Amino acid sequence: MFELPKTSRRKFLQKIGYISVGFPLLGMVLGEQDPVMAARENFQGTLPGSLRGANRVNAWLQVLEDGRVMIFSGKVELGQGIRMAICQVAAEELDLELDQVEVHLAETGLTPDEGYTAGSGSVPNSAMSVRYAAATARQKLLELASLKLKTPVKDLIFYNGKVKTKNNNQSLNFAEILEGAQIDLEVTVPIPVKVKSGYRYVGKAIPRKDIEKMVRAEELYIQDLRFPGMLHARVLRPKGYQSKLVKLDESGLSSQVSGVIKTVIKSSFIGVITEREYQAVKAERYLKANSEWSTGTDFPDQNYIYTHIRSIADPPQTIRNEGNANAELNGNEVFKATYTKPYLKHGSIGPACAIAMFDGDILHIWSHSQGIYPMRRAIAAMLKMDEEKIHVIAVPGAGCFGHSTADDAAADAAILALAYPGKHIRVQWSRQDEHYWDPYGSAMIMELEASLDENGRIKAWKSEVWTDSHSMRPNNDPATLLDSRYLENPVELKDRGYLGGGHRNADPYYSIPNMQVNAHFFDGPLRVSSLRSLGSYTTIFSIESFMDELAEKAGKDPLEFRLAHLEDERAIAVIHKIREMCDSEFMKDGEGIGFAFSRYKNTAAYSAVAAKVWVEKASGAVVIKKLWSAVDVGEIINLDGITNQIEGGMIQAASWTLKEQVTFNQNGITSSDWASYPVFRFNEIPEVKVAMIDRPDLPAEGGGEVSMPPTGAAIANAVYHACGKRVYDLPITTEKIKSA
Amino acid sequence: MPKYRLHINGSEKVVDVEPDTPLLYVLRDQLELNGPKFGCGLSQCGSCMVLVDGVAVTSCIRPVASLGNSRVITLEGLVNENGKLHPVQEAFVKEQAAQCGYCLNGMVIAAVSLLNENPNPNEAEIKDALQVNLCRCGAHTRIISAIKRAAGNQ
Repeated sequence: MFELPKTSRRKFLQKIGYISVGFPLLGMVLGEQDPVMAARENFQGTLPGSLRGANRVNAWLQVLEDGRVMIFSGKVELGQGIRMAICQVAAEELDLELDQVEVHLAETGLTPDEGYTAGSGSVPNSAMSVRYAAATARQKLLELASLKLKTPVKDLIFYNGKVKTKNNNQSLNFAEILEGAQIDLEVTVPIPVKVKSGYRYVGKAIPRKDIEKMVRAEELYIQDLRFPGMLHARVLRPKGYQSKLVKLDESGLSSQVSGVIKTVIKSSFIGVITEREYQAVKAERYLKANSEWSTGTDFPDQNYIYTHIRSIADPPQTIRNEGNANAELNGNEVFKATYTKPYLKHGSIGPACAIAMFDGDILHIWSHSQGIYPMRRAIAAMLKMDEEKIHVIAVPGAGCFGHSTADDAAADAAILALAYPGKHIRVQWSRQDEHYWDPYGSAMIMELEASLDENGRIKAWKSEVWTDSHSMRPNNDPATLLDSRYLENPVELKDRGYLGGGHRNADPYYSIPNMQVNAHFFDGPLRVSSLRSLGSYTTIFSIESFMDELAEKAGKDPLEFRLAHLEDERAIAVIHKIREMCDSEFMKDGEGIGFAFSRYKNTAAYSAVAAKVWVEKASGAVVIKKLWSAVDVGEIINLDGITNQIEGGMIQAASWTLKEQVTFNQNGITSSDWASYPVFRFNEIPEVKVAMIDRPDLPAEGGGEVSMPPTGAAIANAVYHACGKRVYDLPITTEKIKSA
Repeated sequence: MPKYRLHINGSEKVVDVEPDTPLLYVLRDQLELNGPKFGCGLSQCGSCMVLVDGVAVTSCIRPVASLGNSRVITLEGLVNENGKLHPVQEAFVKEQAAQCGYCLNGMVIAAVSLLNENPNPNEAEIKDALQVNLCRCGAHTRIISAIKRAAGNQ
């Protein structure tokens, strides 16, 4: 059985016996050397957004009966290691052993509402909120202990969960100090935080605790949860986006498939509940073979998708305009290039799964959604239920990379649980549904124009970007959930979600006196939402490919050309570092190296990537031999965790760059599985090297997305240096290299 | 429903399932094992791998009726009776060779199968042996390091 987190509802400490002052609690502490106490300094800066939403210490931190600490975070574990990062930060501020900290991740009614786990925002928001809450708690615990122990704070030692007097005669753990209460105190500056030089955990490569659980096959994933009497279900998805159910003949279902408990039909929503899982697979297959759907999906010809996108785009909006780019570009020698990127899949290895149970009053949902509170709002709106009657518990699934189908599976399970109360209903999606109904990363076009001055510096720059939305994540609008569109009284999407993600990084980070960025938003044919790094992968692929082209026109070395346009020391440092990393790399015939740089969102972490490729002249086949990345995320929380993210980001982006595109014809999506949507397999994996530049005194930025944007351009530039061919249209395939 | 006598992780299990039920569903649903994961149901990704008579195979389309007397070992079955991890499992922990870890089952099983055959594989042989196994997080290079480490520690 799945063990629920130790406090499945907000539980305050039992009043525990207060041990009289003066009695040494643990014999073993006697004679121990006093630990060196790290100095503290007052933090006076701006508190993270998450703390503004939940500003009390006890929203983030509670002391358990045994004196250990439970941390609450509204973020979810996606394989990025946030649980360990938060544990490190809390243990650091409270001078605890890592095992003395438990981290309870997102659960409605229990943890803060931190929206989505997305945008490389968990460290700067959640981990930093925990830091300030823990530091505030430490201060309060010291003050209370001082009163109880009748000893001035300066004569106390605060270490490993105990507050002791310096002469070692008296000691209290946190629970004894609080006597059953929690710290209901506002987190407000100034906050005495530990000085960075005193860190025991932060910045170190601390191994994650969950990997051992993974190798032992412990219950860890939502797919592993088993409840007594739990039933299984599948949902028969419509034939296409716009299809409606015309006819369903379920008369033979029970005789053909054993274990069928209930078929739930609500307009074009069809779910089937069975005793065992494989029975649900067979039942769905039967229902599919015995149903008729209207067609109605009318996709454009994929060969002309970019022409189609241009034809449906809204009039452009100017996003940024400095100097006078138009005037400078007019009449001067202008360089132009157009780059295109197809729809991409998230490609989670585990198709969506969800469990729901309606107990007659509360609808409980277990989900691997990236945002349980916003998802709850959407499910409440879809079901016309009071939000407070829905309880959502985040449980890890497979890596999902933006906005997966987890929320849609949760909606499926919710509908079925209400139709069959009292039982846990487990919904598992098929691979094909996962591929067909994924909210893809938008196809995009980027047109660039630039002119150079007499010294070979960029004088004027214009970016025109065509993009669909980059977030249709669930929110108050129920139509963000698929099921809402197929139930009785279907609802259509009210708005277009987060369009701004499409022009993320469309304005180069370089110093250019005349710069204009225009965005052409379109409402495209395929279902789209957030895919890791949003528009930045495309905008940086374009900008950094173009920078290499401009460098060549100016007769400059590509890295020198970039450096000549950068003023930010941190940007310059990652470029110097990447050059140093591959300085001694030897290039054989047919091999080439390419570079790219970006500062994610132009405000967050810095990354320079180098790629070494080999292009086979005759066939145009590309092999990526090696990828390097030099990254600055500011303060590092977990060195191994961030390195893992950077490595994985490069490999995933390399797979996008060489292999991936969602395919479709006029009737629907044709990328139905891993054969029709191939991604990197082991024989395509390059060697990867990561160098992290630690800046402990600068704010900690997230790193989940930062290596992805420059990777595509570094590969394109490397291909150019290897064979003299430049590919503008992603993915960079053998055929395109041959015909370039 | 017919009964099948299966040899799973060193003990005999009798399950009552329809003959076409793939082994994966028997392992997860009937025997409540977590190691093998459902990833595609098409034998394309390797998440569901188990060892059948020492060789890594996918379990998601293999009907339970086809197993006969074969010995099946899952990820759980690699841990010895004292709770000690198999060298491959240990190496995955040491190298922190996972992000989400969903593919890890198949990676470990494929690696054990490889090392059974070839105790000293080079990098190309490791990559070949894991060709079925997909990882989306991009933990591949750590997985390769883990398998090299395990080979060295055997």
